[in-house]
Amino acid sequence: MTELTHMTIAEALKGLENKDFTSVELTQAHIGAIENTRHLNVFVTETPELALKQAAESDKRRTAGDAGLLDGIPLAIKDLFCTKDVQTTAGSHILEGFVPTYESTVTTNLFRDGAVMLGKTNLDEFAMGSSNTTSFFGNVINPWKNQSNPDADLVPGGSSGGSSAAVAARIALGATGTDTGGSIRQPAAFTGTVGVKPTYGRCSRWGTVAFASSLDQAGAFARTVEDSALLLQSMSGHDPMDSTSADKNVPDWASTLQGDIKGMKIGIPKEYRMDGMPDEIEQLWQKGIEWMKDAGAEIIDVSLPHTKYALPAYYIIAPAEASTNLSRYDGVRYGLRVEGENLRDTYESTRAEGFGDEVKRRIMIGTYVLSAGYYDAYYMKAQKVRRLILQDFEKAYEQCDALLTPTAPSAAFAIGEKEDDQIKMYLNDIFTVPANLAGLPGLSVPAGLDKDGLPLGLQILGKAWDEETIFRVGNKIEQAANFTAIPEMVMQKAA
Amino acid sequence: MSLDKETVRKVASLAHIKMTDEELDKYGPQLNNIVGFIEQLSEVDTDNVEPLPSPVDIPLKLRKDEVTDGGYPEDVLANAPEALESFYVVPKVIE
Repeated sequence: MTELTHMTIAEALKGLENKDFTSVELTQAHIGAIENTRHLNVFVTETPELALKQAAESDKRRTAGDAGLLDGIPLAIKDLFCTKDVQTTAGSHILEGFVPTYESTVTTNLFRDGAVMLGKTNLDEFAMGSSNTTSFFGNVINPWKNQSNPDADLVPGGSSGGSSAAVAARIALGATGTDTGGSIRQPAAFTGTVGVKPTYGRCSRWGTVAFASSLDQAGAFARTVEDSALLLQSMSGHDPMDSTSADKNVPDWASTLQGDIKGMKIGIPKEYRMDGMPDEIEQLWQKGIEWMKDAGAEIIDVSLPHTKYALPAYYIIAPAEASTNLSRYDGVRYGLRVEGENLRDTYESTRAEGFGDEVKRRIMIGTYVLSAGYYDAYYMKAQKVRRLILQDFEKAYEQCDALLTPTAPSAAFAIGEKEDDQIKMYLNDIFTVPANLAGLPGLSVPAGLDKDGLPLGLQILGKAWDEETIFRVGNKIEQAANFTAIPEMVMQKAA
Repeated sequence: MSLDKETVRKVASLAHIKMTDEELDKYGPQLNNIVGFIEQLSEVDTDNVEPLPSPVDIPLKLRKDEVTDGGYPEDVLANAPEALESFYVVPKVIE
């Protein structure tokens, strides 16, 4: 039997159903693995007691023949989802000690289907970052090592860095994430895991700490495309508590992803060839194109002419929405309070101490672009460019069914790199941000290792509400790539 | 367009974040770097383009105008740094 922590979710569900092991045993194995990997700093809050209680309840349900879609599966939950009676920090000092009295819709859905929560994963503060180096609770360390520089600790990507590291390190079978500009897909690429961001509106945002509301969307990490589809199916669905949640049927994606892609048209956007991108990423992209052809798909060259303006538009829209959303942290209703000389001084001192550097920068950029005299020049301009970016995709999708691109312009880098210049860090998300601006679904699939032994991902972008196609294309990439590498630290532990 | 120190001070004040002179000097160049980057958008011709505030066209639903939630002040106040009876407590604002 495969080691319990190395199974896929689909395999674990089969094992539970066949009574090869119980959810308590499966959960206990993961709790043990978590205890052995604390140096990665994956969790802000571990919840082993809750997990074992949920696992025992799951075992009872299964015995009674009443098991749900994910019954008994231990998951890691990004610490941006409010969880009732469990601290929820958003990676920020300002929310340290905040214990929600309610449950987010996404976690409610997962628990409805029987999922077990191992803990709340570390993340960039308020999900603002691409390297998980802005968390108040410290950096997350990627379980992968660069073979040319094995002493350096690498970033797990961000902002969902704890979730991506958890799945890669085999300490959770799957994890939730959120993706505002690439915060699921980029960390998935950096850790050799599968990451899916659905169409905006597929998952309810209710109870998820808000960063940029018109861009934020929940999604999932797993070790196979099938597992990511199972998780997303559970998380999705209409919710009257979120007015942007779509009242649409949630398909059983896992049952259709094996379908063939013969005759499908896959678009290759020429603007995703970036100056300075490593040759290996270009070569992997070419390999992906060959895999698509081998599976019977037709390759179409397409153009998304406004791609280069996606990041600058994003760095107006996201900070603008963030500055508005984060105005609620005032030291009065929840979280940190730093007493000042008067009410205003209390607000200002609380926010000065409670927010980290990157969050302050983004709040200030957002405040600036929304301030009198600049609103039209920056914010309205960015919203117009956003429409042009959406129209680029709409035109491309007249010619093709999905797009294939690299997920990120580099492999995982060392902690501390790219910290001297914000723009360098922001460029991590150059291939992922356009889908957020246009609200489109995206999937990152591990497709190979670079010369330093680090994973690289390919991204599949789909039409709005057509997750079915990206899962199906992703499944073909997965089969062709046959990515079986696991981090050395995990292999050593298993041996 | 470049932000001078006084503009950064004003923005920090609008954002309700207390900043020392040294911090204003630190954030100023960083913010200018970002503003320089986002100003690339001025190259794009957006005449006759409608702004796009939300990416997906989901019609907003209407429901009956009635109270559907509430009645648990202790939950609402559970995380307050300071609360008294059914109220948040803030520093005195009236002399």
